[in-house]
Amino acid sequence: MSDPKPNELIEKIDYNPSQKGWMDVPVEIRKGMYCYASNPKSVEYVGLPHARPWNPLEEDWKLPENWKEIVHKAFRERLDRFRSFKVFMDICVRCGACADKCHFFIGTGDPKNMPVSRAELLRSVYRNDFTTAGKILGKVAGARELTLDVLKEWWYYFFQCTECRRCSVFCPYGIDTAEITIMAREIFNLLGLNIDWIATPVANCYRTGNHLGIQPHAFKEMLEFFVDDIEEKTGVKVEPSFNRKGADILFVTPSGDVFADPGTYTAMGYLMLFHYLKEQGLNVTWSTYASEGGNFGFFTSHEMMKRLNSKMYAEAKRLGVKWILGGECGHMWRVIHQYMDTMNGPADFLEEPVSPITGTKFENAKSTKMVHIAEFMADLIYHGKLKIDKSRNDNLKVTYHDSCNPARGMGLFDEPRYVIKNVCNNFYEMPRNTIREQTFCCGSGSGLNAGEDMELRMCGGLPRANAVKYVHDKYGVNMLACVCAIDRAVLPVLMEYWVPGVDVTGLTEMVANALVMPGEMERTTNLRGEPLPGMEE
Amino acid sequence: MNVKYMFSLIAVIVLFLLAYVGVEAAGLQILFGIVIPYVALLVFVIGFINRVIGWARSPVPFRIPSTCGQQKSLPWIKSEELDNPHTTMGVIARMFLEIVFFRSLFRNTKATLSDGPKISFNLEKWLWLGALAFHWSFLTVIVRHLRFFAEPVPFWVQLLEKVDGFFQIGVPGIFISGIVLLAAVFYLFLRRVIIPQVNYISLSQDFFPLFLIFGIAFSGILMRHFAKVDVTGAKELAMGLVSFHPIIPPGIGVIFYVHIFFVSVLLAYFPFSKLMHLGGIFMSPTRNLPGNTRAVRHINPWNYPVHTHTYEEYEEEFRGKMIEAGLPVEKE
Amino acid sequence: MNFEELLAKNKTAVIDKWFGVVVDSYPADTARFIKSQKDPFANPVGATTLKGLAGLMDELLGEMNHDTINSFLDPIIRIRAVQGFTPSQATSFVFSLKKIIRDSVINKKPDDRQIITELSHFEQKIDLIGLIAFDIYMKCREKIFQLKANEEKNRTYKVFERAGLIKEIPGGGQES
Repeated sequence: MSDPKPNELIEKIDYNPSQKGWMDVPVEIRKGMYCYASNPKSVEYVGLPHARPWNPLEEDWKLPENWKEIVHKAFRERLDRFRSFKVFMDICVRCGACADKCHFFIGTGDPKNMPVSRAELLRSVYRNDFTTAGKILGKVAGARELTLDVLKEWWYYFFQCTECRRCSVFCPYGIDTAEITIMAREIFNLLGLNIDWIATPVANCYRTGNHLGIQPHAFKEMLEFFVDDIEEKTGVKVEPSFNRKGADILFVTPSGDVFADPGTYTAMGYLMLFHYLKEQGLNVTWSTYASEGGNFGFFTSHEMMKRLNSKMYAEAKRLGVKWILGGECGHMWRVIHQYMDTMNGPADFLEEPVSPITGTKFENAKSTKMVHIAEFMADLIYHGKLKIDKSRNDNLKVTYHDSCNPARGMGLFDEPRYVIKNVCNNFYEMPRNTIREQTFCCGSGSGLNAGEDMELRMCGGLPRANAVKYVHDKYGVNMLACVCAIDRAVLPVLMEYWVPGVDVTGLTEMVANALVMPGEMERTTNLRGEPLPGMEE
Repeated sequence: MNVKYMFSLIAVIVLFLLAYVGVEAAGLQILFGIVIPYVALLVFVIGFINRVIGWARSPVPFRIPSTCGQQKSLPWIKSEELDNPHTTMGVIARMFLEIVFFRSLFRNTKATLSDGPKISFNLEKWLWLGALAFHWSFLTVIVRHLRFFAEPVPFWVQLLEKVDGFFQIGVPGIFISGIVLLAAVFYLFLRRVIIPQVNYISLSQDFFPLFLIFGIAFSGILMRHFAKVDVTGAKELAMGLVSFHPIIPPGIGVIFYVHIFFVSVLLAYFPFSKLMHLGGIFMSPTRNLPGNTRAVRHINPWNYPVHTHTYEEYEEEFRGKMIEAGLPVEKE
Repeated sequence: MNFEELLAKNKTAVIDKWFGVVVDSYPADTARFIKSQKDPFANPVGATTLKGLAGLMDELLGEMNHDTINSFLDPIIRIRAVQGFTPSQATSFVFSLKKIIRDSVINKKPDDRQIITELSHFEQKIDLIGLIAFDIYMKCREKIFQLKANEEKNRTYKVFERAGLIKEIPGGGQES
C-alpha cells in the first residue's frame, strides 16, 4: 500500500512555484478579494468615459477598442505631470525594506501584495514602453508588454491597496505606493474600470453631498433626530443650524457620521460640543450642500477629488463664514491637509482661523483656513474651557488607532491622544510598531469597505486586529478610538470577527459623554443608551 | 539555478573576457585605456544630467510628504521637526539624515514578545547596516582613488588613506574600505538569493551592478596585493586622462585594464539603471518637502478648472424639499 | 518510557515540523517570511499559528479541555478561513500531525506494542481536534457571510430605523 498523500488528493490551490518569475504567473481573481464593478449609471452621472456593465470574473471586460492606446497615453501624461510618479517609476532598487510592511501582504500572504511587487506591476510596463533599456533588453531589463492579463492583474492588486502609505515610511527613497495606486486607478477610470463602492458614492456625493444620496431634507431630519436623542439622554436641547449665512464657522464632517453607526454618536458629540460652546461665542453652521467631508473622488482621480472637494470652499464663500472646522475623517483630512488649498484655493475670502473661545490662532492652518476638530478640542481642553467628568468614561478601557491618512498624510498624533487622556481614565497604547507613523490600516480604506470583499478586508485588517487583541487580552481594552469615518464603519466588523468584545468610538463621542453640559439632568446613560458607570441597575 | 542572477553573472564574465582578451591578445590598450573610459564618462555625465532634467521637467503638483512624526499645530504640542518638518531647515535636516544615514531603513523595528508581559523592540538593522557599509566604503574607495588623478595628492586624500589603512596589515597595507565593500556587496547579493521575498522581487538588473561592483573591487584588490601592477604607470595613464593628454604607459598589466573597463561599464550603465537612485533621492516629493501645506499654499502649475456641482444646481434640484424642511434657500 | 513521555521529549521538534506543514500551505515566497519573522505584530499569521500549535500540543498531552483547545485552534482556523483556503486545506494540518509523530517519534521504537496501542489512542485525540477544526471553520465562514449580509443593514439601515425615517415595511426598500 502506498503512502496516502492527502495534500494531493484534496483540492489544491495552485500557488506559483517560486522558480517561475512573478511575471509569468497570471492573475486569478478570487471571490471575496475584489469589489463589484461600477454601476454604469454612476459612472455616467459624473461624466466619466466608457460606462457599461461589466464583470471582473468574466473573460471579456468589454474594454474600448483602443484601450492600450488609452493606457499608454494616460501613463505618459501622468509621468509628465507628476514628478512623484516619474521618480518612483525610476529609482526603486528593490531592497525589500517595504516588502513585509503592507497589511495586505501580512494578512493574505500573497507575494504580489508586497508594496514593491505592486509597484513593479506598473513599472514592468513602464520599462517596456518608456525606457531605452526596457525597449532594447525586454524581459531581461524587467520589462513586459501590456496585455489584457496584465491589465487584470493591475486592477486586482491596485484594488488591494488602501493607499495607507505605511510602506513609504520605511522606503529609503520615500517611494509611496499610494501615489502609484492613485495613478493606476486614474488609468482604470479612463477605461471605465472603477469599483461600485467608489463610483456610486462619488456620484451620490456629487449630486446630493453625501455618499448615500440622501436628500437635503432627510439630512436635516437625521440631525434633528439626534437632537431629540440628545435631549432624551441629557435633558439639553441643542439647536444646530443649517446653511445659515452669518455664521462664523462652517462645520464639515463625513456623511458617515450622520448616517452610519457608531459614527452617529460622534455626530451627536459634535452637536453637544457646539451647543456647549455657543454661550462662549461659538457660531457654527452645518451645510446640507457641503455635507460630505469624505472624498471618494480621491480614490477615483485627482480631478474627481477636486470636483468633490470644491464644495467646501464654495459653501464657505456663499455663507460668508470666517473659517472651516472639519470633523473626524481620515482621507478627508489628507485631502484637506495636502491638496485642498492647492486645488481649490486660495481661500482668500476666509480669515485665518482663530478659536472664538480661547483666542488661539491656528497658525498651522493659516492658508487653508481649515482646522481639525481634534486640534480644536485639544486647544479647548488645554485652556480649561470644557467641564469634563472623566469618570463617566470609566467603563471604557481605551486604545487609540491612528487612522492612516491623518497619521502619515498630516502628522496628527498627539492632539487626539491629549483629548482622550483628558476625557477618560484608562488609556493603553498598542505596541509601538503598530501605532503612530507605523500604524496598521483598518484594511478597508480607499473605497474598499464594501461587503463583497469581506475576506480581503478581514485579511487586510488582521495586523491591526492582532494588535488590538494584544491590548484587549493584556489590559482588558474594550474600546477602540479613532478619528476616521471609514474606521468607524469598518472596525466594528473587524472586531466582531477578530476581537469580539471591543467596540469602536470616535473621539468626540467620548468627549461628549464626559462633557458636563450646563442645565443637564442627571446623566444615567451614555449617548448609546448604555448605563454610565455607577448607574447600572 | 536562478536565471535572474545567472544572466547577470554571465554578462559580467563576458565583460571580463572582453577586456582581458582585448588587451592581452589583441593589444587594444588604447581602446580600453583611453577611448572607452572617455566615452563612458561622457555617457555618464550626459545621461545623469539628462535623467535629472527629465525628472525636474515633471512638476510637483502637490506637496505630499510622508509625515512620520507629530505635525506642528498647537504651540504646546512638541512637533517632530525631523520626521515631519515644518520649515526648509527641517527638510534639509531630514534629507541629510536620509541621504547620509539612511534613516528610513533604520526605522525597521521589530517587536519580540517574550513570555513575560514585556515587549521589547529590536531594530532589524541588517539591511540598514549592509547598505551603510556598502555606500560608505564605496565612497571611501572612490575618494581614495583621487590620488591617481591629482598631483600632488591632496592632503585629505592622504589622510583618508591613512585612516583607511589604519590596521597596517601586509605590504602594501590592506584598506579596510576594500574589504568592507566586498563583504557588503556579497551580503547584498546573498540577501537577494536567500530571503524569499527579496528573491521574488529581484530582477536581473538588480544582480548586474552587484556583480560588476564585486568585479571592480575584486580586480582592484587583486591588482594591489597579488597581480601587482605598475602603479606609476597606472597613475600616468590616469593623469593623462584628466589632463586630456592621454598616454598608454607600457607594461601596466592586463588586470588594470579589466579594472577600468568594469568601472567604465558601471559609469555608462549608471544613468539607465536603478543606480540613478543616487540622483532620485534628492527629488523624492515625499521626503524633500515640508509638511506645512495648510500654512503655506503650494502651487500646482497645471491646476485646471473642473466641472463642479454648484450650489445653484443643487438648490435647483432640491428647492421644494428644502423649503418644506425649513432649510434657507437663495431663491424662494 | 511510554508514548506520551516519548512525545513530550520530542515536543519541540514535532511542533516545529507541524508549524512547517501549516506554513507550507502558503506560497513559497511567503512561507519563509511567515516562518522567520518573529515579531508577533509584524507577522500575526506566523505568531498566532505557532502559539496555537504549541497550545494544542499541550492539550493533546494533557487535559484535552474543549475550551482550551478552542482557544488555541480558533485563532489559526479563523485566519485560514479568510485566506481563500478550501475547508479541507484550512483544516488538514491537524491530521498531518499523525504522520509527523509516526515519522519522528514512532520510527525510533517501531516494535514497541504498547507504544503502538497508545499511539492509536493518541490519534483519536488528533481526530477529535480535527473535527473541532471543522466546526470552527464553519462558524468562521458563517460569520463572514453574516458580516457580508449585514454590512449595509448594520451601517445605515439601523440608524434610519432608529430615526423613524423608514416608513415602509422593513426589508421592503429604504427610501426615505
